Amino acid sequence: MDLSAINPLVLMASIMVAATPILLAAIGELVVEKAGVLNLGVEGMMITGAICGFAIAVETGSPTIGFLAAMAGGAILSLVFGFLTQVLMSNQVATGLALTLFGLGLSALMGQSYVGVKPPATDKLDLGPLADIPVLGRVLFQHDLVVYLSLALVLVVWAVLKYSRAGLILRAVGENHDAAHALGYKVIRIRLMAIAFGGACAGLGGAYLSLVRVPQWTEGMTAGAGWIALAIVVFASWKPGRALLGAYLFGGVTVLQLNLQAAGVAVPVEYLSMSPYLITILVLVIMSADRSRAALNAPASLGRIFHASN
Amino acid sequence: MKRRTLLAATALAIGFGGAAFAQDKTKVGFVFVGPIGDGGWTYEHNQGRLAVEAEFGDAVETVYQESVPEGADAERVLTQMALSGADLIFTTSFGYMDPTINVAAKFPDVKFEHATGYKRADNVSTYSARFYEGRAVQGHIAGKMTKSNIVGYIASFPIPEVIRGINSAYIHAKKVNPDVEFKIIWAYTWFDPAKEADAANALIEQGADVIMQHTDSTAPLAAAEKVEGVIGFGQASDMAEYAPSPRVTSIIDNWSPYYIARTKAVIDGTWESVDTWDGISTGMVGIGEITDAVPADVKAEALAIKDAIGAGEYHPFTGPLKKADGSDWLAEGEVADDGTLAGMNFYVEGITAEIPN
Repeated sequence: MDLSAINPLVLMASIMVAATPILLAAIGELVVEKAGVLNLGVEGMMITGAICGFAIAVETGSPTIGFLAAMAGGAILSLVFGFLTQVLMSNQVATGLALTLFGLGLSALMGQSYVGVKPPATDKLDLGPLADIPVLGRVLFQHDLVVYLSLALVLVVWAVLKYSRAGLILRAVGENHDAAHALGYKVIRIRLMAIAFGGACAGLGGAYLSLVRVPQWTEGMTAGAGWIALAIVVFASWKPGRALLGAYLFGGVTVLQLNLQAAGVAVPVEYLSMSPYLITILVLVIMSADRSRAALNAPASLGRIFHASN
Repeated sequence: MKRRTLLAATALAIGFGGAAFAQDKTKVGFVFVGPIGDGGWTYEHNQGRLAVEAEFGDAVETVYQESVPEGADAERVLTQMALSGADLIFTTSFGYMDPTINVAAKFPDVKFEHATGYKRADNVSTYSARFYEGRAVQGHIAGKMTKSNIVGYIASFPIPEVIRGINSAYIHAKKVNPDVEFKIIWAYTWFDPAKEADAANALIEQGADVIMQHTDSTAPLAAAEKVEGVIGFGQASDMAEYAPSPRVTSIIDNWSPYYIARTKAVIDGTWESVDTWDGISTGMVGIGEITDAVPADVKAEALAIKDAIGAGEYHPFTGPLKKADGSDWLAEGEVADDGTLAGMNFYVEGITAEIPN
């Protein structure tokens, strides 16, 4: 056992990279749920984004276009969910689950000819002298654009939800859609926009996996990241700042697990492998033990179907 | 109960019907653990399948199933293949061992060939390659090339085949570099690019500048490529798209001659249950081109080891060797017997990690 082999700075940096896909998906889902919609299809949208981004990046040779395509792919898939739940008023839980299964199958089909293909490299952002700052430089300033984008997104979502009029309307729709409707806000339109935003974020997160973190395409490569993102939203009690914390915590456990193994720590591998999921369950148990507080934070109209006539 | 009997009878009838139709052609089935486009292990098995098709043309028909999970699901796939009239079925991963034996017992007329396992029956052969011979060559290069003296090893499952590879690589790295240290991560998967990439990153972050892998995807090489000065090896397939660096050489599994020979045996009616374990000498284990990223003298030494093993002059497990617990294993000049190698469940002296159960 040699814990000194683990460099905490390098570990921090790689936790940030590992957490970025779940963070993106979680922040998107947070906005969706704030608008009162429960979309359980995050996993499906992530994996669809992963293959859309991968395929387009390979075909065009540009990761940037790939990332944009991933966002478009995720958003389009989420709008299928939006159409079904908002216009046709189907059950959100069932539709969301169906979306996950559909996304997994669709992506496998789309990815048939991309298995084993090498994608174009995504460049790290050159921040010049900033990257050479001791400690901070290694942790903060040697990543690619998407990592910074995910951090900026957390900040923007937080500010918009808290301070802007648009955020207030979104929250109103999520807390009480009937009242919002009575005030003249287009509930369905606002929710559709939120759903598309969530889809785009999940798609981007998926593409980050297939284009940067792995970088390769395989069937089912998101391996449950979408579900972890969903858990993080609850863990964060619908607060963007806490979603960031949650994502880094979960990403951290995954990376730490491998690092501990490489350092020769004699913890059975099985325990380490299940640890991220164990923590998810633990957090959810702790959260729901205090029912009143958890309920206080959840958007009041979450998962409820809106119909203008009643 | 009656309905079930009827169903079983119908299924049998359909099975026999299928077999009757396929009698003019020999049907060869392949069960793969990953996708045929993995660029590694399964890719090479599929090359073998294509070689069988090319060799026999219309006389054979091949079928395959990709990404079959090891375990109960494999049994279902195998049963289906046997029912559909396959005469010969290759099961190409260690975890298919028990499913193969179980299904083979139910279909005594179908011949089965299980890769890398050790259980045989009248209609089940086993075959494997002496990958550890290739590992010896890689270990030599790793020991010579590492500057940090840390070699990262991504292992799949704690089974004898993988442990043999780790030991062989370590012995030969240690021989040329007494300070070398192996860090081992068990990924518990044969094919999961995301996990393999994370494992490679963790090893690189902890100072490894040589990455060895016993998993099937090219993801560890993709991870190595991102960091200056880190090298790796092609596993199971040449993985030449990562040459000249990080991929400096590779172990190439060449199954084609074996698959052709076994298919021929079935056609001729001479098939018998055998245990095949070939290495560099027969070409079942190939060493990919050693690139210019390796200094010329190291390259020459590596090729010399390869030739010596191929000619039978040198065995990678030659004493004196001790086990990791300090007990004696091989005396000076003694060579490991195949039985010990086939069931290897210990590290050699010097590897500080423990083998998970």
